[in-house]
Amino acid sequence: MAEPILQIEGLAKSFGSLVATDDLHLDIEQGEIHAIIGPNGAGKTTLIAQLSGELKSDSGRVRFAGRDITTLSMPARSALGLARSFQITSIFPDFSALDNVALSVQAHAGHSFRFWRPAGRDPGLRAPARKILDEIGLGSRADEPAANLSHGEQRQLEIAMALATRPSLLLLDEPMAGMGRDESAKMVNLLRDLKGRHTIVLIEHDMDAVFALADRITVLVYGRAIATGAPGDIRANDEVRAAYLGTETAQEVSSA
Amino acid sequence: MDRRQIWLSLATLAMFAAVPPLTVIFDQPFYMDMIARIMVFAIAAVSLDLILGHGGMVSFGHAVYMGVGAYAVGILSYYGLDNGFLQIPVALGASALIGLVFGAMSLRTTGVYFIMITLAFAQMLYFLAISLEEFGGDDGMSSMRSEFGGVIDMYDAMQFYYVIFVVLALVLFGLHRLVLSRFGMVIRAARSNDRRMQAVGFPTYRYKLAAFTLASTICGLAGVLFANLNEFVSPDVMHWTHSGELMVMVIMGGMGTLIGPVLGATAFLLLEEYLPQWMEMAMTNAGEHWAIIMGPILIAIVLFGRGGIHALFAATIWRSGGKRNG
Repeated sequence: MAEPILQIEGLAKSFGSLVATDDLHLDIEQGEIHAIIGPNGAGKTTLIAQLSGELKSDSGRVRFAGRDITTLSMPARSALGLARSFQITSIFPDFSALDNVALSVQAHAGHSFRFWRPAGRDPGLRAPARKILDEIGLGSRADEPAANLSHGEQRQLEIAMALATRPSLLLLDEPMAGMGRDESAKMVNLLRDLKGRHTIVLIEHDMDAVFALADRITVLVYGRAIATGAPGDIRANDEVRAAYLGTETAQEVSSA
Repeated sequence: MDRRQIWLSLATLAMFAAVPPLTVIFDQPFYMDMIARIMVFAIAAVSLDLILGHGGMVSFGHAVYMGVGAYAVGILSYYGLDNGFLQIPVALGASALIGLVFGAMSLRTTGVYFIMITLAFAQMLYFLAISLEEFGGDDGMSSMRSEFGGVIDMYDAMQFYYVIFVVLALVLFGLHRLVLSRFGMVIRAARSNDRRMQAVGFPTYRYKLAAFTLASTICGLAGVLFANLNEFVSPDVMHWTHSGELMVMVIMGGMGTLIGPVLGATAFLLLEEYLPQWMEMAMTNAGEHWAIIMGPILIAIVLFGRGGIHALFAATIWRSGGKRNG
């Protein structure tokens, strides 16, 4: 088997006395959808922030496509093909949907110290952006200001912006957050389409989606990976049941 | 940047262009001076709008670059170097360099810290200018108008006026192009969401720094014209209240609209000129307290007139849809 696209070795991060990531070791294989699940506060979003370069890690190393990226900035990691979507929708509301995606294209089309020609009429940016919007099912909404899109559409746009950077690895932070059943189903289909073309690290609370999509699942509890394996193995894992499913059941009981 | 905005810009420029013939016809040369002054501040305000309105960088020390441009002219003139072809490159180079250095340090911070650090740098240069005894210190110094090898006579009021006019028009056109360019997209998007810009792969710091430096340079050019206008240079140009006034012009006129700050500069300087006179007419000795009226006007514009004078024009003259400007 080929070398893993992403290798996480002994990664750690604490905020004061709170340990968010605790000596984490994890390999992400080329082409897989690797879901990371865990109860609230398990450190999933912190991990994404560390992998994308937004947060500096206290210790440990991250290798991406054979290269040590531990100290690289967010833009530098993006340039290498590591893209990220945000748990809280993070788009440019005043710009059209097309502008949003075109910006991502522009970020990887050489430097932007170009002061004269209007970017809004640059076929080198618009055409690829439009193609991605079409693929993702937002083609008809291209010229709409992003603020006017529905929540589900904004979540799709979020993914489109990540895709437009032509990433080899996508870090998706709860792409289904706040979505209704129909919207979630659409997103599952979308991610299934992406499978094979991109390696995806998927953080998600929607367990139906996770078990439908993931090739492998890692369960994170208090910043530690307590189990990694195929969906079937994870479902049958006693430790996971106790640590994760157990707490949820307990919560359900107490709230009932 | 829609069509209405372009028409409003052209109409404004057309009015400025028409001023000199009108002042001749009505024999009111004073107004030509006044509008020339307004245009000089308009250039400075437009340059501030690039970083404040479009880039979201609230620089509270922008007038300092006007001072750098003005002092470049004043100091060269002091040594007998009145050639504008020398003065302008020196002035632009100096304001660009200082903008680059101040920007490089200020842009490491954001929010209130950015406001405070730009103010601190500006005050630093202000007090440096005061300490320059050789160049008049606190009192400033008189300076000759620039010479352009006989091509342009800056002492001819009409020629001088149109020099300023052409600079304003070119700055507006250039920045209009810039705002829509790839570079412009980056700084506008970074204002809205810097973190996201970094995540999609833009090292935003260097783009913001370039915008900051460019704005400083253009403001330095306004300073060159300011020194020529007054034939006098003093530290007062760099005082923080003038930085504040530039911000007021931008906000009053409409942030992120380019032509708005021109309208803002016009409104602000006209009010500053006429408000005391009107108040004097209403009540003796009331004129010196003009700030009592000016203050509430500014507050009202900030509270109720979001989008400034520009939005007012856009809403009343053209009553079509399209509330958003991209």
